[in-house]
Amino acid sequence: MDNRNIDTAHPATDAATNPAEPLDRLRQKIQDLLAEARRRGASAAEAAVSTSTGLEVGVRLGEVETVEHTRDQGLWISVYFGHRKGSASTSDLSMGAIRDTVEKACAIAGHTQEDTCAGLAPASLMATGALPDLDLNHPWDIDVDEAMRLAIACEDAARGADPRIVNSEGASFSSHAGLQVYGNSHGFVGGYPSTRHGLSCAVIGKQDDAMQRDHWWTTARAPGDLDDPAAVGRRAAERTLSRLGARRLGTCEVPVLFRAEVAAGLLRHLTGAIHGASLYRKTSFLLDRLGEQILPAFVRVSEDPLKPRGLASAAFDSDGVATRPKDLVTDGVLSSYLLDHYSACKLGLQSTGNAGGARNLSVDLGDLDRDGMLRALGTGLYVTELMGQGVNNVTGDYSRGASGFWVENGEICHPVEEITIAGNLLDMYRGLVAIGNDCDFPGSTTTGSWLIDRMMVAGE
Amino acid sequence: MNDTLAIARDRILTPAGLGDRELDRLVGALQSPAIDAADIYFQSSRLQSWVLEDGIIKDGNFHIEQGAGLRAVAGEKTGFAYSDELQFPALQQAAGAARAIAGGGHAGRIRISGVPVGHRLYAPLDPIGTLDDADKVALLHRVDAEARRADPRVTQVVTSLVAVQDTVLVISDDGRMSADVRPLVRLNVNVVVEQDGRREQGHSGGGARRDLEFFLDGDRAMGYAREAVRLALVSLEAEAAPAGSMTVVLGAGWPGVLLHEAIGHGLEGDFNRKGTSAFAGRLGERVAAAGVTVVDDGTLPDRRGSLNIDDEGTPTQCTTLIEDGVLTGYMQDRLNARLMGMPTTGNGRRESYAHLPMPRMTNTYMLAGDRDPAEIIASVDKGLYAVNFGGGQVDITSGKFTFSASEAYLIENGRIGRPVKGATLIGNGPDVLTRVSMIGNDLKLDEGVGTCGKEGQSVPVGVGQPTLRVDGLTVGGTSAG
Repeated sequence: MDNRNIDTAHPATDAATNPAEPLDRLRQKIQDLLAEARRRGASAAEAAVSTSTGLEVGVRLGEVETVEHTRDQGLWISVYFGHRKGSASTSDLSMGAIRDTVEKACAIAGHTQEDTCAGLAPASLMATGALPDLDLNHPWDIDVDEAMRLAIACEDAARGADPRIVNSEGASFSSHAGLQVYGNSHGFVGGYPSTRHGLSCAVIGKQDDAMQRDHWWTTARAPGDLDDPAAVGRRAAERTLSRLGARRLGTCEVPVLFRAEVAAGLLRHLTGAIHGASLYRKTSFLLDRLGEQILPAFVRVSEDPLKPRGLASAAFDSDGVATRPKDLVTDGVLSSYLLDHYSACKLGLQSTGNAGGARNLSVDLGDLDRDGMLRALGTGLYVTELMGQGVNNVTGDYSRGASGFWVENGEICHPVEEITIAGNLLDMYRGLVAIGNDCDFPGSTTTGSWLIDRMMVAGE
Repeated sequence: MNDTLAIARDRILTPAGLGDRELDRLVGALQSPAIDAADIYFQSSRLQSWVLEDGIIKDGNFHIEQGAGLRAVAGEKTGFAYSDELQFPALQQAAGAARAIAGGGHAGRIRISGVPVGHRLYAPLDPIGTLDDADKVALLHRVDAEARRADPRVTQVVTSLVAVQDTVLVISDDGRMSADVRPLVRLNVNVVVEQDGRREQGHSGGGARRDLEFFLDGDRAMGYAREAVRLALVSLEAEAAPAGSMTVVLGAGWPGVLLHEAIGHGLEGDFNRKGTSAFAGRLGERVAAAGVTVVDDGTLPDRRGSLNIDDEGTPTQCTTLIEDGVLTGYMQDRLNARLMGMPTTGNGRRESYAHLPMPRMTNTYMLAGDRDPAEIIASVDKGLYAVNFGGGQVDITSGKFTFSASEAYLIENGRIGRPVKGATLIGNGPDVLTRVSMIGNDLKLDEGVGTCGKEGQSVPVGVGQPTLRVDGLTVGGTSAG
């Protein structure tokens, strides 16, 4: 392996060692884009430019399988002629491409129609002044050999965990460093560097001629915050082994405990339903519910866009609006929508700084650990994985493929698969009995497991 | 059919100053004695989209992208680097990074030669220019008006039109250069209907590797508008779906997503080479009922899932996956075909130059049987008739798959009864097709709307099937009765 050769083609170091200079170059691109839009007669414009470089190394059965050097860049612009909008984007950051892209956006705006809400968010909402340091940039000057060693250590731990682990999909390492800058004709230009590193592993177990697969992963802004590779591998193996011997269930109506990482999905259905675009289009099952009780009184849901090292942290949203921590659900009552400027205008409200969605969601954790939650479940289904779509955002109707464990009197009896669970999200939220403190998965969302009083389980 | 090659050279290589001499050196730079295979994938794509909402054209977007992906393969190891700059020094650097997978060695020299592509399934046109922008906007307004005219309960209509031209040029390690110019158009309609405080939505749409006139032929786009409204109105009447295992009759066309999930992914070469698929090692075994024949066919003219060549330069073909119930073939890219000692099947696909190719489906469908669809429904005492679906998902290792019905009806005493709400269906890939007890004579392909995701890469695909009776599929409704 000739690493020198690789490092020369891996300009992450360029951005990493001196982030200020490339960031200034991207700020200049924004100025060039906005100036070109002005020159073409646009009354307002906004633009974003991003670059990112990375290394991805995949290993399988103890050998390197893929080495990928990634290098992405792109720019995007929206121009406004009064209330008419046009957009264009490209992966080419050259001056010629900037001119072409602005021209294309202006041509589009020649055919779009007057839309009173089209335009920039108010200047007063911009994230002006010094941006808070969210500690998102931790470049990792790692070479291919070291990346390979970490991935192999992870996969080895998984493969060595038990003789029933008979095969592997491999382990992969990734490290990415990026810069992103947004600016608009209010004069706001903001940008920051950020990094993200990760390690994941998936292995296959076999028992009685039936195979099962599961995986685990770790991801963080800083290399030092990643979990130990061997621990990630062992966790992947444990999860696979726990699924061996899975059976089906008879059709029944029982309480259902959602493992924390799948409970995060129930939270995402909630944030999707209070997003401005779903509300003004009336495609939300939580339409007009602001100020109403949608969850039991013990539930608080909040977002913290300014969380240091947060995987979804950002000091401004994709409209340039300053973000701020806030509650979305307080004492079970829906207390805030998630609005970007456009949808806020459509609803006659003000942006909540959520263009691009919710950032670093969390639910206040309860008192019970996993075993306590299983005891609270008593006899029923513990769901650990969901499959397929099957969620109707307009009505909240919910029907998904599932696998997990059958639980009797608080004790896990056996793994189950090839079943579905169904209900309606409004009823499921109302029927939330408890939230655990068993938050044990990586990512930007924090929640424990959720116990729902009753759902229909379909099987044999 | 070297016109596509000329178009691709002209569009991608000439502006970057890349002649045969530079290409010879780049392919050479990817090689060493330890390298088994290598290729360079050049791509240039242009996309234009329009969105109409609230009765007005709100936004449009134009996207331009180009780049090259360079790959070197040694045994099971792949080195990959890409660049969105097409200047020679940037590509040379990427070639060095990709080749490092196999250690040092001397660069070889290769003579580049263009080869004609295998098919001409679609014209190498730029669909963006096939209608004036004003006419595209007018088309969306007509679709919007048609949806609103169809029923007074329609409260919201969102329509979108997307046209893409993708030009690709592949140079393989033997110096073979091939190209494809791929048009793709798509029109979508989403409506919301409201009655007595209850709201539902309906989606419809279609697409093809054609010009935008496709949507004007026989007023096709107006049909999408009426279909979206019809689906939304059916949902307004729908009652709770049943829960449990039952006989399910699947409609013709898009319900073929069953095949895509239940067996398609499990028959992709990479999963079978690695032994991670529930179908691994089962060639020659019975995996479906007699009479079931399933193919993956990348050669259907104008279809969304079709390609003249795959993304490794291999001409696409029609591959029989299951013949009369017996597993006969896998879908392969070059890497997996070589490692498994099997022929390539033209299924090496990638989302873009920035992604590695892998075995992917094209148009996957079941051939027609001889039963009248009405006879199939009449044969069921109590069951579910599912005619429209959202997407699906599969765990290729356990074989478990789901797909979600968006339009379904109860069957009672051989008759189609009340509509029921959307429900997810779940089954086991290796045995679901053994439960197929009747196959209709009404094979239909989908309208050209499918997108398949695998390992984070999306590619356009097609599905199809005749009406099918499946005995014993689990239906995930809420009604115990």
